[in-house]
This record gives sequence, structure tokens and C-alpha cells, in this order.
Amino acid sequence: METLHFRFDAGSRPLPGAPQLVGVVSSGNLEVLIEPAALGGACEIEVRTAANGFGATWEAVMRDFHARWQLSDARICINDMGATPAVVSLRLDQAVESVTGGPP
Amino acid sequence: MSSYLERGARGRIPAIFDAGSFEEFLGPSARVVSPHLAQLDVPVSFDDGVVVGRGLLGGQRVFGAAQEGGFMGGAVGEVHGAKLVGMLGRAIDEGAQAVLLLLESGGVRLHEANAGLIAVSEVMRAILDVRAAGIPVIAAVGGANGCFGGMGIAARCANTVIMSEEGRLAMSGPEVIETANGVEEFDSKDRALVWRTTGGKHRYLLGDCQVLVADDTGAFRAAAIAAIEALTGAARIGAAALTLDALQAEQAMLERRIRDFGALAEPMDIWRQLGVPDPAGVSMLEADDFVAMAAGHRAGPVTGDR
Repeated sequence: METLHFRFDAGSRPLPGAPQLVGVVSSGNLEVLIEPAALGGACEIEVRTAANGFGATWEAVMRDFHARWQLSDARICINDMGATPAVVSLRLDQAVESVTGGPP
Repeated sequence: MSSYLERGARGRIPAIFDAGSFEEFLGPSARVVSPHLAQLDVPVSFDDGVVVGRGLLGGQRVFGAAQEGGFMGGAVGEVHGAKLVGMLGRAIDEGAQAVLLLLESGGVRLHEANAGLIAVSEVMRAILDVRAAGIPVIAAVGGANGCFGGMGIAARCANTVIMSEEGRLAMSGPEVIETANGVEEFDSKDRALVWRTTGGKHRYLLGDCQVLVADDTGAFRAAAIAAIEALTGAARIGAAALTLDALQAEQAMLERRIRDFGALAEPMDIWRQLGVPDPAGVSMLEADDFVAMAAGHRAGPVTGDR
């Protein structure tokens, strides 16, 4: 297992509503818990992944995600069981849309 | 039609309970996760694979749970079991109208060893406590992982078991039997055999499940509402509790089963002996046609509850 932390400051889109959980922790899949949090405008992401050594890939996927959504005051926690980057991106979008109700 | 099988636990809850009525206890943001999995360096899930809470079902105050088969096959660990037990205890404290368990589980989570075993036994006891308090317990089995091991027993502790043909209910799973007793005893790769021996239609004919429905969330919901009504009507006060008479009737049914079918190795032979006119055609029948065909051929108690 490996735990990765990412923080993106100065987002522009505050997160409304209640915490949401999407996805499931099964092989090649992941769960994403997304919730509003007072983080001074930042979006924090914590990843616990079963696949060690993919920090650079995770960072690239998280940067893309932040570029798409620009979330502020949001905390995202991920339990991963070897999902591919495409699946991670789709789950992250699904998580945000489950809170905001639609695409960016 | 909206498939029950294809949905996860969090998709089934809003599809079965009255829209927007379900309130979850100890949701994922509480992050009460398995301490054992973390020690083993295995991924955890924020809800430990189960949703518990209370809501409305057909307007009645019903407590409920849904196991997530995608996470470790719905297996029961210490936290998962404690959430179920806590929900069942609260159903008694708050005088719930009924409890609905959406079960999908391989049984005990082996990673958690004794803690998982104890958790499952506590779930069984809690189900019987709920029934002893006069509150009916309904179990629904229709997920891809079936309902096996200790949770198979827990399901049969309920007043009413609702299944789809796709649902499976048994003690040892197919691969466990093959591993323990050899492929000659049971070929777990033979999917038709697996469903003939553990699937909803076989369980309905044997009297192990009381209601068989199509793989449809609307059908499961309607069957759960009907089962609760049947057990809570004015004439049925106290019907939910397990009695000595019911246990003895169950024992007699199991003795009859061994006597009548103990020498038969093939479920279709059992169905033939029950009087089913075309055993080979059973698997092709839609749920409604099957239930109509099965009338008069089911073993054991044929009433809608025990």
C-alpha cells in the first residue's frame, strides 16, 4: 500500500452539498469520497493505493482533474485497488457530478 | 425493468426504499474502516462494504442494510458486522415496523479471522432478537455474489427470504465444495449446475425462499412491501417471533428433505420427484411463469413466512 497526498491551492469552484461516495474498492476499481472542507480555498486529495510506485502517474491524473474542475474547499479521499488512470479520471468526474449535479 | 443484480449497495437502497427517505447511520464520511485490513496492508473501504440506516418502505418505518458485493465479495468483517448489529439493535429500540436486509456476501471475511466469525454470529443473534421483539425481518438475495457461508445462515434466520433466479443462497460456495471434495463431487465451473443447486428457483422449490421475483428492483420492492404487510397485519401480532413450533416444523422439513432427496445428486431429479412436469425446462421459465408452474410442487412450508 502507498499513501499519496496532493494539494491544489486557489480553486475557484466551492463544493456544495453533502459528502458523497462513488465507486467500489474492487480489482481495477476505486472508491472516491468527496466532501466540502474549509481548506482556505484549496482542494486536498489523499490517495491510498494498492499499486506501489505510480506516484508520478497519480500526480498527472490529479493535475488534469484539477484543471477540469478547479475545486476549492474540497477534500477528496480515494481507496484504490489498481484502477487505470482513465477509470480514476471517470470516477473523479462522477464524484464531483454527484455533488454538483452535472458536468463542469 | 431495472436490474437489481447490476446495482451496487448504494444503488439498491434508493431503488428499494421510498424515494429520498433513507437516512444512513455511520456513513462513509465517518471513516469507520476495518482495523484488520490496514494491518494486513490491504485496501479498506470507507463504509466497510455495508450501508445501514432507516427509511420508509411503502410508507412504513423500516430499518435496512445493503451489503456491497464488489468489496471483498460482501464478506463480513468486524466493523461490517458491528454496523449490521447496531442497526438491528436500534430497530428494536426505535420500534421499527420491519427490517429489510439486502444481502450479498460470501460470508466471513477470512482476513479478519475470529473477529469476522464472531461478527457473523452476532448478526444472527441480532436478527433473532429483532424477531423476538415482534419485528419482522425480510432478507433479499439477488446480487451477483449470492449469499453464502454465515450470511447464508443469517438469511435463513429471517422471516421471509426474497430471491431472484440469479440470486444464490447456500452454505459452502461452489469453489469451496470443489476444493474440499473434488471436481467429481461438484464442478464449480459448470454454471448451470451451480445455479440449479444454489439459485433462486431451486431454493423456491425446496422451500428455502418464500418469494421468487424477476431481477428487477421494482419487483424486489413490491415483494418486500407485501412480505412486511403479510407479517404485520392486525391478525398477525407476534407472527414475527421465532417459536419452538416453527423450529420443530423446520427440523421436520429438513428431515423430510434428507429422507426424500438424500440419495439424489442432481437437482432436476429432485424437481421431478416434487412433481415438476418438465424439470429440464425450469431454467428457461420467466419468474412469473415459473412461480405459476411451481404452485403445488414446492417442498416444505408453502406459506409466505415461517
